[in-house]
Amino acid sequence: MTATDTATLPEVPTTAFGAGFVVELEAFSGPLDLLLHLLREEELEIADIPIARIADQFLQAVHELGLNQAADYLDMASRLVRLKAQMLLPRGSEEDGWEDPRAELVRRLLEYQQIREVAVCLGRAADKRAEQFARGYLPPPPLLPPPPLTLNLFDLLAAIDRVIAGIPSPVLHRVVARPLDVESATRRIEDLLLDREEIRWLDALGSGATIVDVLSTLLALLELAKRGSLRLVQSTPFCPMVIARESPRPAA
Amino acid sequence: MSPLAQLLEAALFSAGRPLTAEELATLDPDANAADVRVALEQLREHYDFNQHGVELVELAGGYQVLTRPVHAAAIERAQFSVRAPKLTAATLETLAVIAYRQPVGRVAIEEIRGVSAGGVLRSLQERGLIEVVGRSEALGRPLLYGTTALFLELLGMRDLAELPKAEELTIALRPHLPTSEGEDDAAAYVEAES
Repeated sequence: MTATDTATLPEVPTTAFGAGFVVELEAFSGPLDLLLHLLREEELEIADIPIARIADQFLQAVHELGLNQAADYLDMASRLVRLKAQMLLPRGSEEDGWEDPRAELVRRLLEYQQIREVAVCLGRAADKRAEQFARGYLPPPPLLPPPPLTLNLFDLLAAIDRVIAGIPSPVLHRVVARPLDVESATRRIEDLLLDREEIRWLDALGSGATIVDVLSTLLALLELAKRGSLRLVQSTPFCPMVIARESPRPAA
Repeated sequence: MSPLAQLLEAALFSAGRPLTAEELATLDPDANAADVRVALEQLREHYDFNQHGVELVELAGGYQVLTRPVHAAAIERAQFSVRAPKLTAATLETLAVIAYRQPVGRVAIEEIRGVSAGGVLRSLQERGLIEVVGRSEALGRPLLYGTTALFLELLGMRDLAELPKAEELTIALRPHLPTSEGEDDAAAYVEAES
């Protein structure tokens, strides 16, 4: 169909957007509505539709009403034509399992008719409600913050107590910088080992050692042992440790 | 009228929408739900007994003070207020399908009505009469629609139970199978002609 053809159909308002939605503004709200209208006009039973005749009438109505651009109507028209063809096929008896090809259409029509009935009820209800007016349009209230709390001093104090009771008692640590002096301990041990083959732990520690000196000396010993500068020997468990000079290892 | 009934009247007058009993109960911390119901009943009787121009109407799960239908024509003639525009057949049919089948997707609506429903659904959603209530598990997870409180308000219904019952409708939704053999197209044709 060309644009000029469209323009010659007076029933169809020529809008830029196809005529699909125009149909709803016309007398019928859809192909099922039109079909029901045709059946009612001819006083025909929905349950036993003379398909051949109604298909022809539907096509004619679609054409006359200028609905032929609406896909929904064309869809129904094609279904009807197909049904018409199916009804012409020879059929067996019902015992052969012949299914009326119209059954689906009948079901849809009945369902649609019921929806129409409900729609009429809804329309009536809406009309009835429209007879009554409420207050005119009121702008929706702005979102306000929640209203201020109303409470007395004792409530407030009790609340504060509850909050304070809920705070876990703090575990405080005082951190004091006590730098270990591993380097001087190392130097002291090395000096001692220059003079003597073996020394004892207490020799290495020196007199008047503090906890820091003990730790520094221990770390120095371990470090030197790791480097291979000395050996730590303990002949039996818990006996005093002997710190022995290690002769330099030959290069590997 | 009791002080509570007066308070409820003031609140209903101030609000532009139906207020639920729960909402009304928040007005007075000392009033419970039963007190509110009693006060509302008192207010309704007051309007009816003294033949007020307004009445207390129960709709959309709440209460609203509305003018009586008898005054509608005069109010409209004076253009103090206008009645809501009539809903189109397409709108009513779509609402009917959604009201009964909710939650329902677009495809099911289109199947029942036999026409595409996209435009109607969009406008209904914009007007707040339907809303998306979920997504179907079907392929593509299509949106499912349901009716809103505004829908009930527009129809003046208390809740969805006020919709006509399926068994009250003249056409029941039972599958109807055409009867016997021999009753073919031609026979029906003749029958109809006579």
